[in-house]
Amino acid sequence: MSELLSANGVSKAFGGVQALDNCTLHVQKGSITGLIGPNGSGKTTLFNVMTGYVKPDSGAVTFEGNDITNARPNKVFAMGIGRTFQLTRIFARISVLENMLVATQRDESWLRGLTRSMSSTSELDAAMEWLDFVGIARLAQLPAGSLSYGQRKLLELAYVLVADPDVILLDEPAGGVNLTLINEIGEKIRTLNEAGKTFLIVEHNMEFVMSLCDSVTVMHQGSDLVTGTPSEVRSNPLVLDAYLGGSDDDDIIEEIAHG
Amino acid sequence: MLRLRNLWWVAALAVALLVPQILTNPAYRNIAVLTLIFTACTTSWNMFSGYSGYVALGAGAFYGTGAYTMALLSKHLNVPGNGNMFWLVPVGGLAAVLVAIPVGLIALRVRRHTFVVITIAIFFVFQLSAINANFTGGTGGFTLPYIPWMIQDYQLPFYYVALAILVFAIALSASVRRSRFGLQLLAIRDDEDRALGLGVKVFPVKLTGFAMSAFTIGMCGALYAMLQGQIYPQFVFDPIFDISIALMAFFGGFGTLLGPIIGGLVLESSQQYLTVTYSNGSLYLILFGVLFLLVVLFMPQGIVVFTREWWAKRQDRLASTGEVASVQGGNS
Repeated sequence: MSELLSANGVSKAFGGVQALDNCTLHVQKGSITGLIGPNGSGKTTLFNVMTGYVKPDSGAVTFEGNDITNARPNKVFAMGIGRTFQLTRIFARISVLENMLVATQRDESWLRGLTRSMSSTSELDAAMEWLDFVGIARLAQLPAGSLSYGQRKLLELAYVLVADPDVILLDEPAGGVNLTLINEIGEKIRTLNEAGKTFLIVEHNMEFVMSLCDSVTVMHQGSDLVTGTPSEVRSNPLVLDAYLGGSDDDDIIEEIAHG
Repeated sequence: MLRLRNLWWVAALAVALLVPQILTNPAYRNIAVLTLIFTACTTSWNMFSGYSGYVALGAGAFYGTGAYTMALLSKHLNVPGNGNMFWLVPVGGLAAVLVAIPVGLIALRVRRHTFVVITIAIFFVFQLSAINANFTGGTGGFTLPYIPWMIQDYQLPFYYVALAILVFAIALSASVRRSRFGLQLLAIRDDEDRALGLGVKVFPVKLTGFAMSAFTIGMCGALYAMLQGQIYPQFVFDPIFDISIALMAFFGGFGTLLGPIIGGLVLESSQQYLTVTYSNGSLYLILFGVLFLLVVLFMPQGIVVFTREWWAKRQDRLASTGEVASVQGGNS
């Protein structure tokens, strides 16, 4: 395996809060990498830095060996890094299918957008295929705002996939959805991974992370605490400490230790 | 083959072409010209603000720029007072685009309320400049070359040029709505940061839309100046204009293709009619106040969306009679 995406010694402060403190993360090509940690440990900020939404104070982000630290989000996406958001963000007042088409252009010139129609036949086919893949093709013509929370999660996954990114960053794909759908999303991720897609996943559902990921990084107070296979991470006392110090949630400690 | 929807457009155009044959009174023809001008402006305004959600309240800056371009160029190029002046109408549009680009570069960096306030502020910079600059003639106004046409048919050429501008504005708005570019504007309206993260080059897209909408508004300003023959800074750089075209779009249906057309046709014609009939320049404000209250209370999304939803509900009700309605459920 070779390294596809990495953050090296990234730091970022918001006012007096050190959200990221010399944090390093490596994502191997073809892997499913998990990123866990207590609330407020900087996982989402790291996502924002890696996808160009937030500029780090120091440190670098590299993708396929190129420095992308200060690239804008649209550039990052065009290079092949797709992401979803913790609170799903879809375009509520246009149709599900139109949501998909927004993402199909990748690095097309904006002037080209003026002279062409919304989609070509091949883009339309690809969009429908991916909607079918996540199981919401029958909703294609509905306004996206009428979808349920779970369906929005699926749509968000689908429209990231339609641009055919090399690596996909998922921010809590299993958050707030029911067990059946969690398993379904896990299955989709596995299928895509077998087809060659790389994943970086932030998730609080330990069972989901531990069963899916090849490698897990635990974050604590803005830096990477431990990196290893799920079983290594599970048995590492530092991880338990991090969760113990960070929250009183006994269930999570229980889950890490035995899940 | 023409689809039914296209037939409606063709029919509407046919009616529009016939209107001046029925309205022979110059006063009414004048109303018709102004109505077309305002409808073109609100359609064009909506093409950017309605699609992108960036409510700009400074369109008067482009209207005034177009008007002064027509006035200054016709005078300094010694254009004789005849139909050749119409060639300056698109030049007025281009001047508005040239103004819109730097304005957009500043204003489009901020969003929502801040954007609204900035556009208003920039508008007043333009108004004050026109009032105080020497080359505009200041508050004394600016007289354009006299056009020696018969009073009876004076408005006729203006009517057809205004109609052509309106058709252009509608065609542009419709083709933008169907293009990838239009889709990007709609995506920006719903969630700009998410659109950016899906590869949409949001800033160039916004700026292009902003400048495109300025083009038609500038043309309308130029045509208006030529129609009036005399312009004043406070009437072509008019804050009421800014608000009017926005209200017309909201009245008809903000962000829809049809809404601003209906809003412009209904509101501007009734405003002008009331003003002419009762020779009272502010009577329409009372009517407008009541109308807007009604719209805000009962159909906040505008007439077009309200009607569409009412119709859809009616169809649903008719279709589902007898069925057991259990739309709820769904596991996710």
